[in-house]
Amino acid sequence: MRAGTSGIGGDVMAYLEAQGRKDLLRFITCGSVDDGKSTLIGRLLYESHMLFDDQLSALQSDSKKVGTQGGELDFALLVDGLAAEREQGITIDVAYRFFATEKRKYIVADTPGHEQYTRNMVTGASTADVAVILIDARRGVLTQTRRHSFLVSLIGIRRVVVAINKMDLVAYGAAVAQRIEADYRAFAQQLGLTDITFIPLSALRGDNVIEAGTQMPWYQGPTLMQFLETVPVGQSTADQPFRLPVQWVNRPNQEFRGFAGRVASGSVAPGDAVVVLPSGRSSRVARVVGGSNDLQSAVAGQSITLTLTDEIDISRGDVIAKAAAPAPVADQFDATVVWMSEEPLLPGRPYLLKCGTRTLTATVTAIHHKTDVNTLAQNPARQLELNEIASCRLTLDRPLAYDLYDDNHDTGGFILIDRIGNGTVGAGMLRAAIARDNNLRWQRLDVNKQNRAAQKGQKPCVLWFTGLSGAGKSTIANLVEKRLFEMGRHTYLLDGDNVRHGLNRDLGFSDTDRVENIRRVAEVSRLMSDAGLIVLVSFISPFRSERAMARELFGAGEFIEVFVDTDLAEAERRDPKGLYRKARSGELRNFTGIDSPYEPPVNPELHIRTANTTAEEAAEQVIVQLRQAGMIDVDAVFLP
Amino acid sequence: MNRLSHLEKLEAESIHIMREVVAECEHPVMLYSIGKDSSVMLHLAMKAFYPAKPPFPLMHIDTTWKFREMIAFRDATVQRLGLDLLVHINPDGVAMNVGPFSHGSAVHTDIMKTQGLKQALDRFGFDAAFGGARRDEEKSRAKERVFSIRSAQHRWDPKRQRPELWQLYNARKSKGESIRVFPLSNWTELDIWQYIHQEQIPIVPLYFAAPRPVVERDGALIMVDDERMPLHPGEKPQMRSVRFRTLGCYPLTGAIESTADTLPGIIEEMLLSTTSERQGRVIDKDANASMEQKKQEGYF
Repeated sequence: MRAGTSGIGGDVMAYLEAQGRKDLLRFITCGSVDDGKSTLIGRLLYESHMLFDDQLSALQSDSKKVGTQGGELDFALLVDGLAAEREQGITIDVAYRFFATEKRKYIVADTPGHEQYTRNMVTGASTADVAVILIDARRGVLTQTRRHSFLVSLIGIRRVVVAINKMDLVAYGAAVAQRIEADYRAFAQQLGLTDITFIPLSALRGDNVIEAGTQMPWYQGPTLMQFLETVPVGQSTADQPFRLPVQWVNRPNQEFRGFAGRVASGSVAPGDAVVVLPSGRSSRVARVVGGSNDLQSAVAGQSITLTLTDEIDISRGDVIAKAAAPAPVADQFDATVVWMSEEPLLPGRPYLLKCGTRTLTATVTAIHHKTDVNTLAQNPARQLELNEIASCRLTLDRPLAYDLYDDNHDTGGFILIDRIGNGTVGAGMLRAAIARDNNLRWQRLDVNKQNRAAQKGQKPCVLWFTGLSGAGKSTIANLVEKRLFEMGRHTYLLDGDNVRHGLNRDLGFSDTDRVENIRRVAEVSRLMSDAGLIVLVSFISPFRSERAMARELFGAGEFIEVFVDTDLAEAERRDPKGLYRKARSGELRNFTGIDSPYEPPVNPELHIRTANTTAEEAAEQVIVQLRQAGMIDVDAVFLP
Repeated sequence: MNRLSHLEKLEAESIHIMREVVAECEHPVMLYSIGKDSSVMLHLAMKAFYPAKPPFPLMHIDTTWKFREMIAFRDATVQRLGLDLLVHINPDGVAMNVGPFSHGSAVHTDIMKTQGLKQALDRFGFDAAFGGARRDEEKSRAKERVFSIRSAQHRWDPKRQRPELWQLYNARKSKGESIRVFPLSNWTELDIWQYIHQEQIPIVPLYFAAPRPVVERDGALIMVDDERMPLHPGEKPQMRSVRFRTLGCYPLTGAIESTADTLPGIIEEMLLSTTSERQGRVIDKDANASMEQKKQEGYF
């Protein structure tokens, strides 16, 4: 029999009626590898009768084969999902489990305790109402306990249960539990965690999981299940100002123009005065459509479609807010960033930022400090590695309507996406908006790019030569510039080595500095093309991401990527500056191709393979490319 | 109304997921398997885009061995709702005359279902496909993302799956990659039945008990749905009152004896039942981690 079956008998309709009114509690379990998390969840599923006979018999046979409980039921096997981790005996990802009681349906995020999987814990915690932190009664508060608690506070879970597990192994002693409680409270205070419930239990034996049992008469508080059944659910987002991030514009015909989304906070009703952000246009709500019905009102959490009384321009990514309490708008923030990628976060490198339904480009312009999750110490950082957490300054390419994360998780939490690989590489929480200097404006100039280009009788563009050191970039670029110069073109060649003697003298060869190196030269080449010049850039520029960033500074067709493709062995054989020799001997660090990666272009405008091309032929190919692209048109040459 | 019930929350979440896909993907499709989960998913899609129709077609990967009542229900449903339906049958499988009796369940399912699905996704160039899978169905599904990224070969790599925080889904993909999207990830079997009951969603009559011709094979009751079913010597189909908890290819789907011919009756039986719904699916029994393996190969 399964949970909640008592009393259905003849009155299944009444049962269904009651089921329909259940609410939903999401919680996470976190603990160290051996704290018995999986056993606890397995126990909850087992004791709430959510297991079927066939699952139980599979569990029995698995317990005999690979169980760690000497042939007794090993509940951990129920929830350790993937074959790989079953073999390794550890949980390596976030898994979601479901069970229900008479009062509630539960979704459990089972998150691993391994240090390298901070990412997973933050993920599981982001949707949780309650955190259950497991402590092994024999071992007490550990470094990992501190880490999990820090992450819980960081992600804004306000209610914490500390499950002091394995009480059976400390003879169910009250003193042990009391000491752990005192230790935990001492450091939880620093984190601002205040709503904490301590429950001594044994996941293996079942004491204080569902029923109190007889072993710990000294404990008067709720069992874990009693706590879960009665803790208030969810945040009070319904009382906050109305926010609807627009997901999709629904326009099936001329008569209907609806704005679909899920209410992030507050409530809305027909007649409400609303404002659209960031544009600031205002209107009133005409209809609130939910499913196929018109609703009297809608509250936080509901997916709805609004229609307005005025036809105003609204698109995906905009936020509809109550006019009396509009969402603020900004394009610079201080934020907490959790880095989730093997590739480090590099300041200066643009990432996509998705907040609500808005996706825009964001750059970390400064890392204020990173926080050591074990000691809470704040340390300086030039870049962020996997699972590091830092306070950062973020600059966006467009304004964002937002709320601070503490006020609203849905309009104040964001993910960062790699623009090349498209993976989710980070997550973050908006902590404060930074006001820009209002005196900083674009000066409108009377002479513009077209005027300057026309005066020179040419179309400005940038030829971006990329390739390994010693590939022949500068040799080819030099020949191309000579040819263009002879044709009466106005040009300038930016060479990696030369620029590092001046403008970029302060930069080294770390990944962070390489990103900044390219950012500066990309901006300089933009200024030069704005001046009407044909710009030749000869830089190793090893990362796709920064070349993509440079490309985006220019109009369609103006950025011509030339991949000077020489294989590493050949470049190293030539070694015109003796750098490969130094790199090989360890004298030179972070050298591209040796101990720093080169990411070849995927779709360059021109791919020169130097193995079977002379420098002169390569230069000719570039000129042909320019001609085909219409950048140099012989007839239009201005001849003095 | 102040607090949403669990079904209201699940409904809102599923609708949110579907709208994200439509907003961010170029060419989505909904895989429609005709079962109860597909019925719920389709019902949610009708709500999500109302008053517009769902802006994507439905697609059914037909193995040619589905129950006849399923096909009739499928065609009636798309007509009733006025939707576009694509039906794909793996022509290689047809040419080889693949079937569960001649080739066994594993080969049949791989060729007609897994390979057929991959063919269809490639042929139409879909970059996102909705599926009705739920996390409570099976252990490896418990770790599945809502947006599950697949390589150009449709393979699922557990290490490459993206973290999903809050309600923020990343639908971006590189060339050739596609996404399987599971809007019902957080629903359980009981939620599905409660919602069908609450919303009065039509489902295939096979879910309700009725006298049907069955034979007993390896402890499973198999319905003799057409003349292609080879009968063992001396074996005679018997009329018994049965129904199905899941639907698939009729030779691979075990019936249960039941007299529940109403929705509350089914739900009551389910609450009292002691076997999980996947038990009726012959394919799961091959090896313990078989679902995970099949997913890596591109099964849904």
